[in-house]
Order: sequence, then C-alpha cells, then structure tokens
Amino acid sequence: MKFDTPAGQNPIDQLKVVGKPTDRIDGKYKTTGTAPYAYERHDVAANQAYGYVVGAGIAKGRVRRIDTSAAKRAPGVLAIVTTLEHPRMERGKMNAAYLFGGDEVQHYHQAIAVVVAETFEQARAAAFLVTIDYAPVSGQFDLAAEAKRAKPVPGDSGEGSGGNGEERVGDFEGAFAQAPVQFDETYSTADESHAMMEPHATIAAWDGDKVTLWTSNQMIAWGHGSLAKILGVPKENVRLDSPYVGGGFGGKLFVRADAVLAALGAKAARRPVKVALTRPLVMNNTTHRPATIQRVRIGATKDGTITAIAHESTSGNLPDGDPETAVNQTKLLYAGANRLTALKLAHLDLPEGNAMRAPGEAPGLMVLEVAMDEMAEKLGLDPVEFRIRNDTQVDPSDPKRPFSHRDLVGCLTRGAEKFGWSKRNAKPGQVRDGQWLVGLGMAAAFRNNMVMKSGARVRLDGSGTVTVETDMTDIGTGSYTIIAQTAAEMMGVPLDRVVVRLGDSAFPASSGSGGQFGGNSSTAGVYAACVKLREAVAQRLGINSADAVFVDGQVRAGNRAVPLGEAASKGELSAQDTIEFGDISKKQQQSTFGAHFVEVGVDADTAEIRVRRMLAVCAAGRILNPKSARSQVIGGMVMGTGAALMEELAVDTTRGFFANHDLAGYEVPVHADIPHQEVVFLDEVDTMSSPMKAKGVGELGICGVGAAVANAVYNATGIRVRNYPITLDKLLDRMPDAA
Amino acid sequence: MKSFTYERPSNPAEAAAAVARTPNAKFIAGGTNLLDLMKLQIETPTHLVDVNGLGLDQVETTPEGGLRIGALVRNTDLAADARVRKDYGVLSRALLAGASGQLRNKATTAGNLLQRTRCPYFYDTAQACNKRQPGSGCSALDGVSRSLAVIGSSDACIATHPGDMAVAMRVLDATVETVDAKGAERKIAIADFHRLPGDKPEIDTTLKPGELITAVTLPKPVAGTHIYRKVRDRASYAYALVSVAAILGKDGSGHVAFGGVAHKPWRVEAAEADLPRGAKAVTDKVFAGAKPTEDNAYKLKLAERTLAAALNQARA
Repeated sequence: MKFDTPAGQNPIDQLKVVGKPTDRIDGKYKTTGTAPYAYERHDVAANQAYGYVVGAGIAKGRVRRIDTSAAKRAPGVLAIVTTLEHPRMERGKMNAAYLFGGDEVQHYHQAIAVVVAETFEQARAAAFLVTIDYAPVSGQFDLAAEAKRAKPVPGDSGEGSGGNGEERVGDFEGAFAQAPVQFDETYSTADESHAMMEPHATIAAWDGDKVTLWTSNQMIAWGHGSLAKILGVPKENVRLDSPYVGGGFGGKLFVRADAVLAALGAKAARRPVKVALTRPLVMNNTTHRPATIQRVRIGATKDGTITAIAHESTSGNLPDGDPETAVNQTKLLYAGANRLTALKLAHLDLPEGNAMRAPGEAPGLMVLEVAMDEMAEKLGLDPVEFRIRNDTQVDPSDPKRPFSHRDLVGCLTRGAEKFGWSKRNAKPGQVRDGQWLVGLGMAAAFRNNMVMKSGARVRLDGSGTVTVETDMTDIGTGSYTIIAQTAAEMMGVPLDRVVVRLGDSAFPASSGSGGQFGGNSSTAGVYAACVKLREAVAQRLGINSADAVFVDGQVRAGNRAVPLGEAASKGELSAQDTIEFGDISKKQQQSTFGAHFVEVGVDADTAEIRVRRMLAVCAAGRILNPKSARSQVIGGMVMGTGAALMEELAVDTTRGFFANHDLAGYEVPVHADIPHQEVVFLDEVDTMSSPMKAKGVGELGICGVGAAVANAVYNATGIRVRNYPITLDKLLDRMPDAA
Repeated sequence: MKSFTYERPSNPAEAAAAVARTPNAKFIAGGTNLLDLMKLQIETPTHLVDVNGLGLDQVETTPEGGLRIGALVRNTDLAADARVRKDYGVLSRALLAGASGQLRNKATTAGNLLQRTRCPYFYDTAQACNKRQPGSGCSALDGVSRSLAVIGSSDACIATHPGDMAVAMRVLDATVETVDAKGAERKIAIADFHRLPGDKPEIDTTLKPGELITAVTLPKPVAGTHIYRKVRDRASYAYALVSVAAILGKDGSGHVAFGGVAHKPWRVEAAEADLPRGAKAVTDKVFAGAKPTEDNAYKLKLAERTLAAALNQARA
C-alpha cells in the first residue's frame, strides 16, 4: 500500500480496540519468566556450548601475538577463535568500528578472541588464560582537547535526524549583532551508555552452510543483511530470530560482536554456541551516546521575539563514525528569520559513538532548552511564555512547508496549568522546604516523526484466529500489543483472537524498532496487510468488499452475517502487504511535541539533587495504547533525568576507555530518585503520518526532560551548571553557606 | 572463576586452621563481594572455607552493657535488632544506607568489614592496580578518581573502603574479636583493624593469615543523637561519595567518623573537642594533610557541609 495522500476515514477510526489502554499481551510471559530472551533459548538447538569474548586491554594499537596454548588445555574448552586468524571482517550496517578480524585495535575492549567451552564458567576461566602481546600506540581520547581540530561534517543518526555540516537561513551573524538582547553560552554533555537490562546476546547454530542466530536485535532486516555480509554467507542462508528484546535504546540497532563471535565460535566448535557480552563489554565494546560540546547563540527583540538563533555542536568518533546530530531540533523548534546550525566532528579513539534513544535531540535539547531558559530570564519573560511567543507553524527554513500537525503551545499551556507553574517563584533560590531548596523547571520536547516502509503478513484460519507475522521487534515498547490491537480492529475480532509473531527474518521485513518510527510504521504495515486480507475474505465469501463490515467476529453485508472463520473453512487465507510512504512526509513536516515540567529539591547542605515530581504533556498524533505509550514516556523521563543528574561514562583520557564500566559505577536513576511521574497525551490525530494517524512517542519522552531538570535545579539554587550531568560537586562551591 | 575446593568446618578454630593450612584459601560468608571478585578473577582462592554454619549468628548483651554481634549476623537482622535500633541508631542507619535489601539479607557483619574497594581500576584486570596486582602500578592516580580517597592515601593506592557499616562501627569504638589457627583469641580495636595502603595496598586489614573474625563488640551505648548521613549521586544503591557517622549532643559535642574519603573509616578523635565550634573547625583538623586529586577535591567541602548538616540535626 502506498501512503501518499492524507488518511481518510478508515476502520481504525472505530477505536473499539485501538486507543484502549490494553495490558500488554506479552506481559504474562515476561512476568512469569517464559518470554524467550536470546540467551535463555535452551530449546532451539541441542548441545549448546558457551562462548566468552575477550576484549582488547589497550585502546589503540596492534595485537602482536595471542597465546592460547594454556587456554586450550583448560577444562571444557572446545575451541578458541582469535582475531589474528581472520582477516578483518566486513562491517555491518552503520558499524563504524570493525567488529572482528585483523590485528588492529581501534578501541578498548574491541573483541579479539572468543573462547568456547562446555560451560560458561569454563569459557570464562579459560579466557583469563589467553595471553595477548600488544603493540600499543598513543591515541586521542579527550574531546575537549581535540575539539579545536574538529571539522564540519554532515550528520545522519540513522534514525532520521541529520543534516549538513553547516546550514544557514538568512544572515545569522548580522541579525545576532543587531539583536537588542543577545545570549551566547557553551555547554557540554557526557558520553552515555544505553545500559539496557539485557546485554547483547546471541545463540548461533550452523546447519551445513546455513546459520541461524537467535539474538537480541532491534532491526531484523538490517541485521539479516549485515550478518550475511560480515559472515560472507548468502542472505538466504542466514536466519535471525529475536522475538523478545530486553531493552535496546539504539544499542541493538546494529549487529555487534556477540552475533559475529557466536557464529564464528559455533563454526569452530561445530556446536551451537551462545555468547552474551559482559557489562564492561556492553559499555566499551559496543556503542554509546557520544559526548558533545555545544554553543548556542540567541538574538531577540526586547519583547522576546527571536531574530537570530545558532546552535553548533562538536562531538568525537572513530574514523568512519558520525557526529552526534545535536543541532537537529534547532532547525524546527522555534521561529526566527536568521539561523545557523553546524556539526563538527573530532577524531577520537574511544569506543564507537552511535545512536542512543533520540540521538541528536536528547543531548541537543538538553542544551537548547537550558539556553531558552537562560534567555527567558534575560528577557524577563516567563519561560513558557517565551516559547509560546516563538512558536512556528511552518518550517522556519521553508515557510511554505507547514507542520502536518503541531500543538506545542497546547502542551505548554496544558502542562503549565496542570503542574501549577503559575506558583513558581521566578527568582531562583527562594523556596525552602526543610532541608530542601525547591525549584521548578520546564522545557519543550521535540522529536521528528519518521515513517519507514513496513511489511506484514496476516493469516486467517477456520477458527477465526488472525495471525500476524512481521519481523518487527518489541524492545519492551509494546509492539506485540499495538499490532494485535490493529489487527483486531481491522478484522473485527476481539484481541484474544489475534496471535502476533515477531522478530523472525523469515517474516516480511518491517520498519524495525528505532527512531520512534516503529509503532506507527509497523502498525501501518499491519493495516495494509489487513486491508488485503479483508478483500480476500470478502471475495471468498462472495461479498463485495466495499460492502463488507468486519465486526464482532463476523463479516456482515446487507442482511448477511457470516462468522469470519468461515472464509477460511476450506483453507487458510493469507495476505501480505507493505506500507510505503511517498513524499508526503517531505511536503509537510511531521514532528512530535511535548512539554516537561519538573520539581526538584536540592539539599541545602550537601547539594544532592532529588526529583520530587515530573509531568510530561505529549502531542504525538493518535495514541494507539495509552498504557504502553505512557510507559514509554515515563521510561524516557527516567533516562533524561539520568542524563541530567548522574549518567556519565567517565573517560580515562590517559588510557582511552570508559572506566566506570559496570552498573555499580555507571549509575542510572532508581525508583527512590523519582517518586512521582505523570503523563498526559493531547487528544489528536495526524492524518499525514499513516492510516493509523499515529506518531512516535518512544523518544519524545526523553527529549527535553534533562533540561527541565537542569532548569529546576537553577530555579532551586540560582546556580547554572552548563556541564552535564549536574552532579553535586558542580554545585558545592556555589551553594549558599551551610545553614 | 577458577576451580576451587570447599569445606564446611564445625567450629571457628577449625575454620581458622583450615584457612591457615591451605595455600590460597579464603573464608566465605555471605559471598556478596567475594563471589563477584572471583568471577572477575580479582580474587582467585583455590579453597573456600564456609563459615556460615559456625553458630556465629547471635547478637548478645555483654556484661559491660554493650553488644556482642556475631560475625555471621546478617546486615538485615542487625539493622532490625531492637537493641541496635534503640541504642546504636547510627549503626542501624548505616546498615540500611548500604547496598540493597537483597544484598543486606545475605551480607554479614564480618564480611562487610572485609569488603574490598570499588575503585574502577581494581575491577578492570587489564589495568594496573597495586591492590589487585602488587607492583603493577596505580592507574587511578592519573585516571578517573572522583569517588576515591582524599586522605591517608599513598603513591601506590588511592582506593577507599567502600562500606557504611564500618564507619558507624568506628564512631562507636567497636572491637573486632578473632580466633586464629591455634585457637588463640584476639581483640582488635576498630581503629586498628583497617590499615592505610602505604606501599602494601594489597593488604586491607591487620588480620593475620587464617585469622577469623568471630564477633564485633560494641561498648555500652553512648548518649546523643545518632546520625548516619550518606551523600551519594542517586538516592539508593550507590556508594557514598562522603558519609558522616556521628553521635552528637545538643551542644554539638560528641564523636564523628567519615566514610568514602580514605582506605579506612576516617576519624580523628583529637578534632572532636572542636565539634561545638562547628563543622569547619573539625574538618580542618580531620582532613589536615589531605591530598585530593582534581576530581575528588570536592569531597573536602562536602565532608564539612555534611558534618554541618549533622550538627544542625543534633541541635534541632
């Protein structure tokens, strides 16, 4: 199905199933431990052996020699594959660093061997017996030091945000110089880890020259093609299966060393082999959100109309790596005739920087929305009002190009009212509650809505059960449930008559999960397949498909009512289709919007910061399932709070690695950090997004929330910290005297 | 994890003898730290002597009016003990500030005293660490050191003792009771129990090889407000950046020990007379000679301000 004109009335609009806060249909499996995650799929292949990955102990250089003799003699060892035995292997889609093969070490904990043994413990113990002789060379590990040599580059996060190295509208410098009120500050954000619960994990089994990988991956079609390329096997000989993913956040968009080394280990051991990355390897072997240094300049008239806005970001990466696209939102979020956005990239020899939940926007809004708060204060304007005053309904770089639907102002006003924003004391450092200095902060949320081609197959059997098959993944987001809701709505059956099967590369290729495009795109693909199935049903029953009504498990036309299953009584009916998006998303700008409001307490003595309450108001088209969407936004708010207050991969700039490479050292917020969260969705549809009229919410929740936290800290203390995360040591010197 | 043998002796002296006679043997109690370290081959014992079944799990009142806490009393049970809650609030609060409920259910009194540093370089076997591998050097000195020691450190090691309980034990003037392989008993003042790294950072305590902790005794209760203030980046399940264990009177007089700042709980008794004069007077003396890194210099200010908060609380 080609989607190139706005969606009209369709069966989804009935909202009998779609739009309801249905419990996740996979919830019972997850809560009873029966959802099969990659590493626990003991039943898929007999005789599984265990692989343990050895990571490089230097950040840059060459591997001279690997001595495996002692390891090979260790109990239970079946095979050892080292990087020196393989020429450097091809990279998969969007891999900047090489995953395996050859003697070059590009980054710390790059995989250089896999030890395969009968048990995990044996493999791990033997891995410690592998001795490696390195020829290290010095590298560049310090973004601040390398920033001055950074070069302008175009950026593409692979998840939809991107642009040229430098983009200009009007005359920024001229307008800024003439602006009566000017703002110019520089900020930094930290390297962050996805820190998903489930580490990267794969079981691989060869059958002749065919290989199956039971893995944990967000993008099956990408992974399928990538593994074929990396392993040098025809695509038809590779199968990926990833029905459950224990969190990805962008860290599992691409094939990583677990999959490659499970396949190589299995080949060498002639046994199925399972490999999970240890937590240190998740942090230093895989990818992370790169640190940034960002400069924001805003020029405005005295009444708060922005006349000039510039946002420049510098990040670092390995050769072939991309910049963090932190300036992307600044092209679209606020009005202003004169604009400049620029991306610069420095060469760093740290592990690969790549997509992490809302790549670009998450660190970009962390900075832009603090800058907006600072500018509002400079103008003597309420920060909500300042944003409303600079709202735009068109793309500021192309005023003929409207937003498909934009209600940022609705999010701001609704949120302000609900949160009690009018009670905020605009003068910072004034409100005290016992030991706590209390502050309120807010920020706008913005993330583009990408649409991606997505396919599905829908089958109907004689009992009236509808089975959906697509390689779409559920990374904890609720894909199973919204896909079931879509099929139930389309076929007129209750939810329990729908079976959803996901994550298998043998199924039709979907959008996959990333860039918050998965929910809308994959359900639109299911919609398209269901339209075809409805036609097949009508035809089988001899009903004109235009007259057929699918309701209550029946197909009705005129006075006739036939149980749906009857259409398949003589054999299963199957229909497959792919939703494809024309240039509809280019004619109008599709984005999602929100407003975050946060109250924090800052301990007057120790400067410990604790969130007291948070509210997000989101406008993201039709909300397919308010319950799972709320969970997505809440998760984003937690992650954004982490970015604001504690999450930082601490760079050892001498040795070139992230030193705090476990969950004891890399702290993410826990329940005790955020006692109260609330999410409100504006009731809206976007007919330009898809037949579902939905947009993404999975990343919107993290966008801007960190800035709202930071602005609340400022309101509480009067201290503006511009290097994130805001840990207490950055406040202490400027805190008021201990009481 | 390397292969190891395992035994369960029937009494403390036998346990001590078992460790003393077996090369590379270690006691195991709750295992919440040791097993993690064995998995990473930071600890590589070849023999484990399980002390869980030795009956060292009682809390008893001493004739002097104090408490004798068995080495195997779990953190959860000790924190909840009515006598501890009533008379040694600083200890109960310190215990509850540590780790998570699940870990406290397993972790023991003796094991907690013996937990090893959380320095990131101690945990990464590809990095130089004198504590893990004597003579290899210290990567932390010019590495990531925000959480590490500001005082009592050496050119060989800037690790901290990571615990909370020991800081409370220190302000309570606890005594560690041990038995050795020959059955000889010894009492070690908590002040002398943990050592400074010096040029032997691989040795955390003054225990002799094979010497087994049997109990920790507390003297009779000290009056005052019992405070344990743990400062950390997140509200739960995090190590202290700085902690203050204090027993303070309304006039501010009393006792204070600091956690998160040194290789051992840090207390300078001579500074305590200045407590009524306020936090700065005390911390200036307590931290005299401190050698912080650029990353952790904030701990000095933080210690002062945290003590100030404790003094305020006591005076209120």
